[in-house]
Amino acid sequence: MEAIIMGIIKSAIRLATPYLYASIGETLGQLSGVLNLGVDGVMLMGAFSAFYTVVKTGNLVLGLLVAMLVGGVFGLLIAFINVTLKAEQGISGIGVYIFGLGLSSLLFRVLIGTVQTVNGFAPLHIPWLSKIPILGEIFFQQNILVYGAFLLIPLSWFVINKTPLGLSIRAVGQNPEAADSLGVNIVRIRYLTVIIGGILSGVAGASLSIALLNVFQQNLTNGMGFIAVALVYFGAWRPVSVLTGALLFSTVNAIQIWIQVKGINIPSDFTLMLPYIVTIIVLTAMAKRHVRPPKALNKPFERGE
Amino acid sequence: MNDRNFREILMGLIPLAAFLLALSIGTLLIAILGINPLVAYRALIKGAFGSLNAIADTVVKATPLLFVGLGICIAFRAGVLNIGGEGQLVVGALSATIFCLNFPNLPGWILAFIALLIGLIFGAIWAGIAGFLKAYFNVNEILSTIMLNYIAAYGMNYLLRGPIMDPLQVQLGSFIPQTARLSQTVDLPRLIPTRLHFGTVIAVVFAILVYILLWRTTIGFRIRMVGQNIQASLASGINVQKYMVLAFILSGALIGLGGAIEVIGVHHRIFTDGSVSGFTGSAGFNGIVAALFGQLHPIGTIPASLLLGALLTGANKMQRVVQIPSALIGALNGLIVLFVVGSEFLRRRQTRIMEKTAEVKDSCKTVHQEEKS
Amino acid sequence: MKLKKLVIFFVITGIFVLSLGFGVSAEPFRVAFIMPSTVNDFAWSQSMYDALMTIQEEMGEDEFQFVYSESMFVVADAAAAIRDYASEGYNLIIAHGSQYGSSLVEIAPDFPNTSFAWGSTANVFTDQGITNIYAYEPLAEQGGFVNGVLAAMLSKSNIFGVIGPIETGDAKYYTEGFKAGIESVTPDAKINVTWIGSYSDVALASEAAQTHMDAGADVLTGTSQMVVGAIGVVKQRGALWFGYDVDQSALAPQHVVSSVDVVWAVALRPMIEMIKKGEMGGKIFTLNLENGGLRIVVNDEALIGKTIEDIIQGKMMVR
Repeated sequence: MEAIIMGIIKSAIRLATPYLYASIGETLGQLSGVLNLGVDGVMLMGAFSAFYTVVKTGNLVLGLLVAMLVGGVFGLLIAFINVTLKAEQGISGIGVYIFGLGLSSLLFRVLIGTVQTVNGFAPLHIPWLSKIPILGEIFFQQNILVYGAFLLIPLSWFVINKTPLGLSIRAVGQNPEAADSLGVNIVRIRYLTVIIGGILSGVAGASLSIALLNVFQQNLTNGMGFIAVALVYFGAWRPVSVLTGALLFSTVNAIQIWIQVKGINIPSDFTLMLPYIVTIIVLTAMAKRHVRPPKALNKPFERGE
Repeated sequence: MNDRNFREILMGLIPLAAFLLALSIGTLLIAILGINPLVAYRALIKGAFGSLNAIADTVVKATPLLFVGLGICIAFRAGVLNIGGEGQLVVGALSATIFCLNFPNLPGWILAFIALLIGLIFGAIWAGIAGFLKAYFNVNEILSTIMLNYIAAYGMNYLLRGPIMDPLQVQLGSFIPQTARLSQTVDLPRLIPTRLHFGTVIAVVFAILVYILLWRTTIGFRIRMVGQNIQASLASGINVQKYMVLAFILSGALIGLGGAIEVIGVHHRIFTDGSVSGFTGSAGFNGIVAALFGQLHPIGTIPASLLLGALLTGANKMQRVVQIPSALIGALNGLIVLFVVGSEFLRRRQTRIMEKTAEVKDSCKTVHQEEKS
Repeated sequence: MKLKKLVIFFVITGIFVLSLGFGVSAEPFRVAFIMPSTVNDFAWSQSMYDALMTIQEEMGEDEFQFVYSESMFVVADAAAAIRDYASEGYNLIIAHGSQYGSSLVEIAPDFPNTSFAWGSTANVFTDQGITNIYAYEPLAEQGGFVNGVLAAMLSKSNIFGVIGPIETGDAKYYTEGFKAGIESVTPDAKINVTWIGSYSDVALASEAAQTHMDAGADVLTGTSQMVVGAIGVVKQRGALWFGYDVDQSALAPQHVVSSVDVVWAVALRPMIEMIKKGEMGGKIFTLNLENGGLRIVVNDEALIGKTIEDIIQGKMMVR
């Protein structure tokens, strides 16, 4: 039984990693008022870029950096369309998704062709901590991108709540007119958050293709990016709550795999539904009536409006 | 032709220009792959409009886009983002199919009518869940509709590989996850001897009904008000929560109806390959694009759906003729959406210029009149 | 006079022979291939693509040509493609997927001079009066059985993991065969089965593999294109893998013991011959171990590579 619980937690931590990167990235963007539904497309481009780099050079760090670069470029594109061109954000996001999915599949087809695996980031045992019985194996024998995802939570919490930048971001999202009159450069803040969001989505993709799965295939993410966006709402734009949501979703997913492995007689389709049902139920039960999205979310800013 | 009309026509051409710009980047990609772009685009056009069958295919593809688009019009006008189109299509289709499978002996007309009604109701319920959770529990609708999409997909898989699997499949031993073919009496009548079916007419009728609802009824007025300004709506005594839920219900009703029509008009059964997109053709997402191309206006969504349907149908033909990877089509679609959506600011700027010009003209006129008198 | 008749005779004979010659260089046999995934999916579609390429090599490009449409998972689009290809006069249209059946029923009667084929299925719709549809069906359970026997002989923990997409069709049959194969060698083996709910969720397939191994499995198997995720885990954590559809040993040469290679060409060759003779449909082609439609590709490196290595390095004393 102990082995099962350990297995579930380890699975949950692995499954949660890409969601954490992507959701925190999206949280930053949404806090400043920009909605990006195209996260999945950016994740795919990040995943492919990292994978291709590693296939060609064998250099994992380079692969990660390339994924960050590609993610950042896509973030720039999204910022340009949503902030400068003031396009309808929900739909531009869907455009980014379709484009990212198509482009990553096309590049994979043309540049690589056949399915192959790479030797990605291997588990990194944290010295001393990894020797702790039970906890050591679960938490401190994961690979570096997993550690990064979890470190991102306190880091983003700190930036959002304890730095002037975080204050500016939140002000821009809550009351852009006031922020603008106080001299905050709305456009620059939004570009910054969306580009960072893109970078993090790229890393999320890389965490799949060169760390956790070590393979690339068309539509590798299979809709993960949309779940990541959904988790932002679960977390009410707070990093710690986003972590809770990601872990909740991933844990239930890990549990349902174990339910199947153990041969418990529930049709697999119903166990597969569990993470989604539980997420809705938990969020409903928490009934955070007082939580409101950033006031300027999904509304382009125009001076003098 | 006076200046204003000229500008209006110019504005209408902006999305077209954006579309063509996106296509030209696509041309570059196609050429890089070593294919003649002219041949490719000729195939695109031929695939969409080149024959009676092609036009029929385009319209058949556009029909669910129109239903979803109409649902999105209502939802977005109420200020809620209904991303649950895929799930609502499936729920509508499943409920209609299950009904038809269980009552094979009713006369065709009645069966079809009730089946469509059932699809409408269940689609409304599925979306209504998200609406209810948002209005009364503050559960964000992007989260709930996305989650509900997955739940619908897995539910469909369960039903199709078990309770409603075609008995013939079980008998043959191939266990293909699909239902029996519905009785031919339920088939929607064909308009011309192609795949074009009566469902398209129903869609257009509903487009008109949605227009009337949104702009000619109190309910519609209130829905739009909730979408524009919640505070003001509350102040005028509108029950914002009720209208949010209503918007979702109406949205889901249209989309569920679309799903039911896809079954009894096009496929005559339901099947799965694990995801719902084999059945829906991603109409739940593409319909959002159609609605926005149609400026969130139900009548505007008609040509928008048609154009999108043409693009998707033509792109498939293009893939066949020049043998480009299907991924290129996807990338092209995404580019087109991005360019057209991005070009909106030009239209808005033009509108503002036109409005400002009109203002200036009016005030000049007033001054002029005052001077005269 | 006689000379004139002779000349005319030779001229007419010559024209006759020449026209025979033009008739003999017949038109190539043209195939259109429609698939739900891509030609490089390392599973279902790729194996049929490989078969068509094999036939093209055998018959030569002058005699055999094929085109394909990928990612036709939207059945309505596939139907349009099938109809289009039929209108263009292709001899055989392969709709490679069980979801395409109802489309074929609608379209085939309109094109009596075109032949259609689909699978995996055993239904050629003769009861509906259709005569130009062929079907092909691999006996997946046979391949599963052989894999299972081999798996049982190699496993040390006697715990096995199966990762499948949805519990229908070939996946279901392969899994049943695999279980039966194991149980024929080790009756009290523990075989755990997980269904991922889609054909493309690589992450969940990978996590399922991790869970299987956490539960003690040292031999895994599965079907569909997403198992590449599971193979990655097997490679990283050191287990054995048994594959289906194509030879999967390239992904993990030291871990993929054997794969069931589905040789669709075994069905295509007789099908093409029958079509050329004018028989447009009505037959079901079974692919099994006997007729070579199923081929077990064993990868020595994974099977006995470690043992050989141990002997060479003196870790194992033979004598």
